Amino acid sequence: MELTTVWFLLIAVLWTGYFVLEGFDFGVGVLLPVLGTDEARRRTLVRSIGPVWDGNEVWLLVAGGATFAAFPEWYATLFSGFYLPLFLILIALIVRGVALEYRSKSDVTKGWDRAFFWGSLGPAFLWGVAFADIVRGVPLDARHEYTGSLLTLLNPYALLGGVATLTLFTLHGAVFVALKTTGELRDHARELARTLGLAALAAGGLFLVLTQLSTGTAATWAGVAAAAAGIAGAVVATVRGRDGWAFTANAVAVVAVTATLFGSLWPDVMPALDPANSLTVHNAASTPYTLGVMTWVAAVFTPVVLAYQGWTYWVFRRRLS
Amino acid sequence: MDVLDLSRWQFGITTVYHFLFVPLTIGLSALVAGFQTAWYRTDNPAYLRMTRFWGRLFLINFAMGVVTGIVQEFQFGMNWSAYSRFVGDVFGAPLAMEGLMAFFLESTFLGLWIFGWDKLPRGLHLATIWLAAFGTTISAYFILAANSWMQHPVGYRLNPATGRAELTDIWAVLTNVTTLATFPHVIFGAFVTAGAFVIGVSAWQLARKREVDLFRASARAAMVVTLVAAVGVSLSGHWQAQIMTRQQPMKMAAAEALWEDESSAGFSLFAVGDVRNGRNHVNVQIPYGLSLLATSTPDGRVEGVNDIQARYQATYGPGDYRPIVGLAYWSFRLMIGFGGLAGLLALAGLWFTRRRRLPANPWFYRIAVIGIGLPFLANSLGWIFTEMGRQPWTVFGVMRTSAAVSPGSDVAEVAVTLAGFTLVYAVLAFIEVRLLLKFIRSGPEPAGRTDEPVDTLPALSY
Ligand code: HDD
Ligand code: HEM
Ligand code: HEM
Repeated sequence: MELTTVWFLLIAVLWTGYFVLEGFDFGVGVLLPVLGTDEARRRTLVRSIGPVWDGNEVWLLVAGGATFAAFPEWYATLFSGFYLPLFLILIALIVRGVALEYRSKSDVTKGWDRAFFWGSLGPAFLWGVAFADIVRGVPLDARHEYTGSLLTLLNPYALLGGVATLTLFTLHGAVFVALKTTGELRDHARELARTLGLAALAAGGLFLVLTQLSTGTAATWAGVAAAAAGIAGAVVATVRGRDGWAFTANAVAVVAVTATLFGSLWPDVMPALDPANSLTVHNAASTPYTLGVMTWVAAVFTPVVLAYQGWTYWVFRRRLS
Repeated sequence: MDVLDLSRWQFGITTVYHFLFVPLTIGLSALVAGFQTAWYRTDNPAYLRMTRFWGRLFLINFAMGVVTGIVQEFQFGMNWSAYSRFVGDVFGAPLAMEGLMAFFLESTFLGLWIFGWDKLPRGLHLATIWLAAFGTTISAYFILAANSWMQHPVGYRLNPATGRAELTDIWAVLTNVTTLATFPHVIFGAFVTAGAFVIGVSAWQLARKREVDLFRASARAAMVVTLVAAVGVSLSGHWQAQIMTRQQPMKMAAAEALWEDESSAGFSLFAVGDVRNGRNHVNVQIPYGLSLLATSTPDGRVEGVNDIQARYQATYGPGDYRPIVGLAYWSFRLMIGFGGLAGLLALAGLWFTRRRRLPANPWFYRIAVIGIGLPFLANSLGWIFTEMGRQPWTVFGVMRTSAAVSPGSDVAEVAVTLAGFTLVYAVLAFIEVRLLLKFIRSGPEPAGRTDEPVDTLPALSY
């Protein structure tokens, strides 16, 4: 396999890991006002992601760093082009991180809870918008600099992508809460998961089918089917009280959605409206030497990271009451 | 102001702000790990209370380090896309390694430390804080390797076809002599920072005669750390100055307000300069000081600003290659001065607290509290000196700052984000300081509670 292909896959894996993991803690934040009817419940909700949210967020940072190292042109175009949405995401992540760490240490938990809610909702929506725009293609000039405006990015298709990720992550949060808690909180989360499942199926389904109609291949259609099956499986398992299976099924759905998006991109990394200016895995990539070095680093350290993150989830596997 | 100026302000503000939290995180994580190790070994509950008191302050600070770091990761792409395209092949590698090797380590094991008190065996729990501390140090290494490459690019070639820098030797980048000197300087600086913080907070408590044994022990430990680190920072700084004289003579000349090449140059203590005409009105010097610092011999030759400017014009073409001389001069002096004062404070503290004594003079306590700020100033000034002394270059000798900025951004965009970050950061600074004060005032957990088995204690957070 060519190294550029390896790195395209690796970056897809990093984003997938990010969405599967941070997806549920975004969901917990979005559900906080609904599920957190009293202070005890709100504390339990925050505790459910307490030990892991920071590690989850690092998936994003490594995805960013890996893009810089492996596809510098992609990194440069994407983050200078999507300037204002990225700014909003960064502010949201800042506010949210501080809220999670400070809420219990401060006397005004109300304000922090609001910050946690908006700081989760914002990125859960905006990442969908951003990826929809990436897949759809944006105006780039011959130097690969973005030439559109903020409004170019806020087209109906992209907004639908945002609704799709928002509902999907919220559902992910609901099945996670059902898995990690007991009693009324768990029951309430399971109830919500059913409604959210339908919403995610509708929004996500519409979005993916529209995506397929323009760029679909047999492989990505399989991704769409897997995503739909995952969401449906999550709902069914929730109804039957199988929380572990529900979470697994929904994780599969998140993987399938991300895989479908990256599958639709390949071999572009950022298609331009004028295809001559598109960034592809070839013209955006670093030299074979850099890719080779980074491949060794990734091959050695990724398993180590997976092992200790996996172990962390094992240590904190018990339900919170 | 144009996009370039705004982008520079944005980078400067967000990065200096990030670096307020970074040194405290690096130093304090190791000190907390040290206290916990003492508890592990002696079973003395006082050490557990120290671990938890300083650990909580550490966590408040760590959160800010993390959230401000996220911005850093994306800034190169946002405001410096031309730079990112040009150097990504070289510069991206250490950044990605930092994420994979360091950020995962520190965030995951810190989560285990915070929530693992009652879930992990004692020894394993101790290991988690050491691993998190180790992660912060590796993180510093990789990011400094990236930064040192901008100061002194090595292990790359310029590809004439693409006009981009390409990595040819990763080992050369990771063992760049600039990195090897900068890394210990920054780490020692971090320990000066954390040490002065612990000394100052302890002094505040001791002045009120609260938990005297606990805070005396904390302060003594921190004084030793600060003193050793202050010596380390001077030695490594000296080494850096010598490297800098070779690699970026202009920065050294500006730092010394030395206008003409000179042998047996003195170290300037106070100067009033005339930048336009390239000379000083007043210059109080330590004879031979600069030649000694820069070349290790009293009569070594040091180059001056005017001469270097002429030489650079011959090499790089017409242009102004002088950084802001006054800024370089004062930031360099004040870095050394403020950091040195923190070291002296630690030394005095060790003397006043010898043989179970406590300082009698109330002024010692007041000065120690003010002393918390000294290393923060020294660190910020150190970076301002390093980065602004390199101007007009972003990558020394290779890429100018004016060529590095994103060509597509417009003034309104950058102005909005600059204002946004500055505002949010200001509010967060206010909240953080209030929170720190709250927990400093409330002091350690009551002694009785920590005699209970550890697993009945509430987690440090949430
Ligand atoms: C000398 C050390 C040093 C320097 C020069 C920088 N940082 Fe930093 N950074 C750290 C040392 C550090 C740290 C000690 O590792 C932090 C501080 C608090 C923390 O959580 O880790 C951190 C946090 C931190 C994080 C969050 C990590 C997490 O979620 O755990 C990111 C993404 C960055 N940094 C990125 C950067 C970038 C791109 C920089 C360059 C402009 C930068 N930092 C300068
Ligand atoms: C790996 C780490 C770093 C890299 C890659 C880096 C890179 C840069 C870049 C690209 C600029 C913008 C161009 C310019 O104006 O010079 C800059 C400027 C600057 N950076 Fe750094 N920097 C790093 C670390 C730091 C740190 C930790 C600090 C301080 C805390 C710092 C302080 C500054 C300052 C003060 C400026 C000047 C802005 C100006 O010129 O007005 N830098 N640096
Ligand atoms: C005798 C004392 C010191 C000397 C001789 C010294 C020397 C230097 C030199 C020469 C540089 C610039 C390196 C370059 O641009 O290539 C530097 C940078 C710096 N200094 Fe110092 N320094 C001293 C004390 C301190 C103290 C006490 C602190 C903080 C507590 C500190 C923090 C920094 C930082 C953060 C930088 C920027 C990062 C770097 O380039 O290493 N320094 N110092």
